[in-house]
Amino acid sequence: MSKLDSKVPKGPLKDKWTNYKNNINLVNPANKRNIDVIVVGTGLAGGSAAATLAELGYNVKAFCYQDSPRRAHSIAAQGGINAAKNYQGDGDSTYRLFYDTIKGGDYRSREANVYRLAEVSSNIIDQCVAQGVPFARDYGGLLDNRSFGGVLVSRTFYAKGQTGQQLLLGAYSAMNRQIAKGKIQMFNRHEMLDVVIVDGKARGIIARDLVTGNIERHSAHAVVLGTGGYGNVFFLSTNAMGSNVTAAWKAHKKGAYFANPCYTQIHPTCIPVHGTQQSKLTLMSESLRNDGRIWVPKNLKDAEAVRNGSLKAVNIEEEDRDYYLERRYPSFGNLVPRDVASRAAKERCDAGYGIIANDTNEGVFLDFAAAIQRYGTEEALIKGISNPTQEEITSLGEKVIENKYGNLFDMYKQITDDNPYKTPMRIYPAVHYTMGGLWVDYNLMTNVEGMYAIGEANFSDHGANRLGASALMQGLADGYFVLPYTIGDYLANDIRTGKISTDSPEFVAAEKKATDEINHLINNKGSKTVDYFHKKLGLIMWNKVGMARTTVGLNEAISEIAALREEFYKDVRVPGESNELNQELEKAGRVADFLELGELFARDALEREESCGGHFREEYKTEDGEALRRDAEFAYVSAWEYTGKPSDAILHKEKLDFENVELKTRSYK
Amino acid sequence: MSAAKKLNLTLKVWRQKNGNAKGNLETYPLADISPDSSFLEMLDILNNGLIDKGESPVVFDHDCREGICGSCSLYINGEPHGPARLVTTCQLHMRSFKDGETIYIEPFRAKAFPVIKDLMVDRSAFDRIQHAGGYISVNTSGNTQDANSIPIEKEDADEAFYSAACIGCGACVAACKNASASLFVAAKVSQYALLPQGKIEAKDRVLNMVKQAEKEGFGPCSNTGACEVECPKGISIENIARMNREFLSASITK
Repeated sequence: MSKLDSKVPKGPLKDKWTNYKNNINLVNPANKRNIDVIVVGTGLAGGSAAATLAELGYNVKAFCYQDSPRRAHSIAAQGGINAAKNYQGDGDSTYRLFYDTIKGGDYRSREANVYRLAEVSSNIIDQCVAQGVPFARDYGGLLDNRSFGGVLVSRTFYAKGQTGQQLLLGAYSAMNRQIAKGKIQMFNRHEMLDVVIVDGKARGIIARDLVTGNIERHSAHAVVLGTGGYGNVFFLSTNAMGSNVTAAWKAHKKGAYFANPCYTQIHPTCIPVHGTQQSKLTLMSESLRNDGRIWVPKNLKDAEAVRNGSLKAVNIEEEDRDYYLERRYPSFGNLVPRDVASRAAKERCDAGYGIIANDTNEGVFLDFAAAIQRYGTEEALIKGISNPTQEEITSLGEKVIENKYGNLFDMYKQITDDNPYKTPMRIYPAVHYTMGGLWVDYNLMTNVEGMYAIGEANFSDHGANRLGASALMQGLADGYFVLPYTIGDYLANDIRTGKISTDSPEFVAAEKKATDEINHLINNKGSKTVDYFHKKLGLIMWNKVGMARTTVGLNEAISEIAALREEFYKDVRVPGESNELNQELEKAGRVADFLELGELFARDALEREESCGGHFREEYKTEDGEALRRDAEFAYVSAWEYTGKPSDAILHKEKLDFENVELKTRSYK
Repeated sequence: MSAAKKLNLTLKVWRQKNGNAKGNLETYPLADISPDSSFLEMLDILNNGLIDKGESPVVFDHDCREGICGSCSLYINGEPHGPARLVTTCQLHMRSFKDGETIYIEPFRAKAFPVIKDLMVDRSAFDRIQHAGGYISVNTSGNTQDANSIPIEKEDADEAFYSAACIGCGACVAACKNASASLFVAAKVSQYALLPQGKIEAKDRVLNMVKQAEKEGFGPCSNTGACEVECPKGISIENIARMNREFLSASITK
């Protein structure tokens, strides 16, 4: 049945990675100079991989669609990065980080990959500190930690609410050092349009120079995709405007299996939609749930009054508030994992307790008043103020909160015009991260030889739900510490290959196909903008393939998306020319791929007749509304093979074997 | 999320077909803009309207729309990132403008930031300055010393963080009458100068980065402080003072 070989090394879990590293082929330094590697994407995964491969001696060509590698969307990650350092002495260990991640992913990830991730997590922090990443520190000068959802220890390292920025700038600085040495050739404002396969191996890419519109051929001995996730299939998400699935999707169309496309993370704390003119959503970091309490009014009439503006949150008495996460999940409280928190918010809003007046009453409060009082009292004690007034306590407490989350509060205020120090934030779940992605083996290689996928672009580590502060960990683990080893094992066979020619028929054909697709879009001269189609696709996805999925809804979504795709090709209007800077053309190409992916996404959700992590099927839930997994039938990775169109894709299954953890019903109660 | 009145605006937008073409301000009336929309959402609406009319949409850089990637630029009513303090253009909201207002939208202007098209400029000079020394020379090895074996005084770590918060947008250059990149260069020099890890290469770093900035055509600093006022991340000009100290001491001893 399965063509999938995960290539997980034999032996005990904790020795696999060490034994693997001891037994792989290496490429000697002189030979590395003769080997080229293409890295597409310069976020945490791509950037760290490009820098490390160049340090090792390979010739790296790196590509990003932004005007500088520093702008990749990893930069927007806020809260932190996990590592099993156990600096807090609170019982953390490699095993515990591994276990939390497997459980957090609802037992739908591969044990060996996750264990390796936990194993290298400590190295990441060491590496970043050595690079000069300014993590938060305590007064003793040592690194500070905070706690994230779904765990009972404090293992998250952070730099205010800008951890992703600081880590990415660290990787960018490592890249800069190699760019200066000529070991990385950087192609900014370039978008990959196809991957070129020669004799069954990935040997290069077709890219478009976004400034001139020129179509270029680039060859290499291996191609690494660190191109991020596909959350923008929902139109509104916390992704950057340019985040797209094109590189991964084109790889899929060239034979790479796409795994678990339906696993999407809907993040519980985002700033709600303000109206139809909205272009994107903004996250409020999960770190806020360390101190913020989530609630809705206990009484329907209060909720209604809040919605119509006649009642303010601060005027609702304590006993009339429903802190529903604390009520339902006493042991994890506000720090339940994201999928659980998001579904709980939806449940309250569906029941009529939402606090924002839109179609679906979508919105709940995230309240810092209690934390401000608690910190204020603490500070007054530290400062030796006896009998502090209420105002003094509040002001001291607000200072503490400002120190911890100042930039997030500023951002909230800027967007909503509300002051979150004085009134609770209004938040709602939004699409944030995609756990699915290109199928990869233990080496992070796709099923196409020589084509690798790292970071969010692959599927491997987060199962059906990603824990907070684990994306940064995975991106850097893959790029700094995993891929540089595993790719050597493959490239060791290429030391005599010599330069890869870009004149082969495969390159010619791939370039022609890319050019034809562009010309088709430009010459279509339809009547509707790209955004029109993207918004329509987003609505279908959000309403029918979002937080709650049903057989009926998914079937509707599949046919609606197929119809929309047809309409797109008939009626889209892309102004301008192909041989110039043309942002509408860029968008059109990306939306065309989303329109295919969206259908496969819905199909994957339909086939997975269980609920797990971020994938929630209304038909499969426990009596108290929690996700109901069906391990006997569905403990596998869905890996889809492209055969011409999404509806004809063939499903391959990689069975997930759990030898080290026992599959349990995930409970955070 | 207020139900405030929609805005009717007149936009004067810089249009320039490419780097070699001559540019000019075009006038576009725009109606029914929600005050809750962001500035860039307002431009999206303008663009979709232009496409519907068969005209070419206005080109501008943008990506994260969360104020952190540094892609967005725009010189709005004579200020980089517009009238609000400590925000990027993407986080600027239309409630900062009045109904009936005329808004001038131009690219960031500097010799070292040539216009690519319309409002989009080439800021790759910033990357080249970073190539000249914006890093600590440490390989990825997995054998670096334990992170906590380098204790750093909290104040220094915090200061380094504030310097490192630069998003590389170029507002400092656009705000400066000399088109100086001093604040940008100083932020990176300061981040490393404040940390023990960065001390070893500090002298070469500051000399090389400053030299590269001059080579790119950025002007000298004359301490007007406009950069600090317009910086969306609040990077302090104390960084420039620190860079000057570093530069002076490196020039004497190197």
